[in-house]
Amino acid sequence: MIELTSFFQAAETSRLVQLGVLDITVIALYFVAVIGIGFYLKRFTKTGEDFFLAGREMTAWICGLSFVAANLGSLEMMGWAASAYQYGILAAHWYWIGAIPAMLFLGIVMMPFYYMSKTHSVPGYLKLRFGEGSRAVSAISFAVMTILMSGINMYSMALVMKVVLGWDINFSIWSASLTVAAYVFLGGLLSAIFNEVLQFVLIWLGAALIPIIGMIEAGGWNNLVNRVATNVGRSDYMNLWQSLGSFQDNPMGIHWTGIVFGTGVVISFGYWTTDFLVVQRVLAAKDLRSAKMASVIGAAFKMMVPLIVILPGLLGLGLLPDKLVGEAEAAATGAHSYNEVLPLMLARYCGPGLLGLGITALIAGFMSGMAGNISAFATVWTYDIYRPLIRKTASDGHYLSVGRWCTLLGVLVSIGTAYLVMQFESIMDYVQQLFSFFIAPLFGTVILGMLWKRATPAGGVWGLSLGTLSSIGMWLWVKADPSALRIIAFSPDAKDMAENMYRALWAWIVCVLVTVVVSYITKPKPEAELQGLVYGCTEIPSDSDVGLLRRPAFWAGVVMVVLIALNIIFW
Amino acid sequence: MEKMISIWFFIGLLLVAYGVIILGAGIYDYLNPIKNTVVLAELHAGIWWGALILALGLYWAITEAPKKD
Repeated sequence: MIELTSFFQAAETSRLVQLGVLDITVIALYFVAVIGIGFYLKRFTKTGEDFFLAGREMTAWICGLSFVAANLGSLEMMGWAASAYQYGILAAHWYWIGAIPAMLFLGIVMMPFYYMSKTHSVPGYLKLRFGEGSRAVSAISFAVMTILMSGINMYSMALVMKVVLGWDINFSIWSASLTVAAYVFLGGLLSAIFNEVLQFVLIWLGAALIPIIGMIEAGGWNNLVNRVATNVGRSDYMNLWQSLGSFQDNPMGIHWTGIVFGTGVVISFGYWTTDFLVVQRVLAAKDLRSAKMASVIGAAFKMMVPLIVILPGLLGLGLLPDKLVGEAEAAATGAHSYNEVLPLMLARYCGPGLLGLGITALIAGFMSGMAGNISAFATVWTYDIYRPLIRKTASDGHYLSVGRWCTLLGVLVSIGTAYLVMQFESIMDYVQQLFSFFIAPLFGTVILGMLWKRATPAGGVWGLSLGTLSSIGMWLWVKADPSALRIIAFSPDAKDMAENMYRALWAWIVCVLVTVVVSYITKPKPEAELQGLVYGCTEIPSDSDVGLLRRPAFWAGVVMVVLIALNIIFW
Repeated sequence: MEKMISIWFFIGLLLVAYGVIILGAGIYDYLNPIKNTVVLAELHAGIWWGALILALGLYWAITEAPKKD
């Protein structure tokens, strides 16, 4: 243990807090556990189905928790806590209207098509529905996006380690990413899912103390609202909807249409229903009802995540004595940046042992997000790029081997992208840019493919390609001419986040319009080829043979009612 | 065919270890309050949070332990 302590301390440069032996023991035990689980599960990973889809034997609870944990990467913890500090409670929209309806829609409406088609991936579904062209476009764009997202996780984790412990960024990136590479390499999706459940538990146990003790320090919700209003000099930081009537009246510079249609529809439905990183977890369920229920369980837990992410950001806004600033200003002045609010709150409340657990929670979040990206990347690369485009016929063992080595390759490329993220003012702005490029148009293609049998293969590939290109084009346009913001986001006051929302909305509209127009002038597939893939051509199994409390649709209704109540309470 | 051990058993074991460490540190801090440097240290969060983690860990480690056939 003394050697381990020396090893960690050797990597330190300056620090916000100092870990004791107990804290380092807690962190070290976590690393031993995740690697140990990887080694244990290797014996159960013998086929491609085991490695890429965990043998399709997972229960609804395991899939549901893994579904949320895979999303609990750095963008959830560091990024959204930073956004809550920067934009106030408006950041909670990305958890509630910006997630829950889409997650329920995935489970209840879309999951039957994904699950019954027995596809390995979302690009795989597009291949069945539209053909190789759409699969190639979506697989390549997904692979690029996934590697970039993985870089975010690495950078965020390294940032936490730098701020809190003073560890060197390179040391943090390499130690955590090689650990993830090891356990995903060994056990594939099975190992990733099992570790995600472990990480989910640790994230909650490690992070939940911040809101509990923070609310005691603030003296309750009403006092916190007053403190925030005093500190920021305006009263619109703690309302979800009241200030969204115009672009100028809220901290984000966004209109309610951007939240509802940009975040609530395009970005949210795009991410939760077509991003293979999360969909892959649900596809590992043992049967269709479990897959549907997993989405509902995931939605219920997702709805609670603001307690450990948004609330700490708001508490930081109300309680921290020093004002946090953007990355560029922080680098110039030596002040702490928005992205450091969560570790600052952790250091504020957690003593020996608890601090180690809190740091472990952050590391677990980063590693679960990174593992999610890497395992999804390995699947899409192997099944949707390597097999159809590079080597069409090979044994299952060969593809299993490719998937394993691809895990290592993905980690190495991700390390390179980690350094790209450092120049962004807010981590979430970077994430939303990627979503608007790749996810928004993909949602247009998938939803038309599932619900509209007239959509043709040519419509699918053209819609997806032009939707993606139009989004990148709009981003370049604003970079070259900032006044274009008034056209794309309807306001020159729109902040980065608002611009991303509207760009995503436009990209989706372009994708849908192109798909519809091209479909009407090209020949559709015969209905016989659409069975199991498209609404109206597929007989969907009913849940009427099970009791009310076992029906996914019933619990989806309960979650929706709670969601509506939360929006009214914090209106 | 080898039966897979439940993930909840592994989680239980890890939480037992964490519970012992955090509860132990909390009790030590209670007895030596000078060392506390965090805000609201007087709440002794390590004691009650550590006890909760230990209880949760024991529950999963016992109920999900692999059984001999």
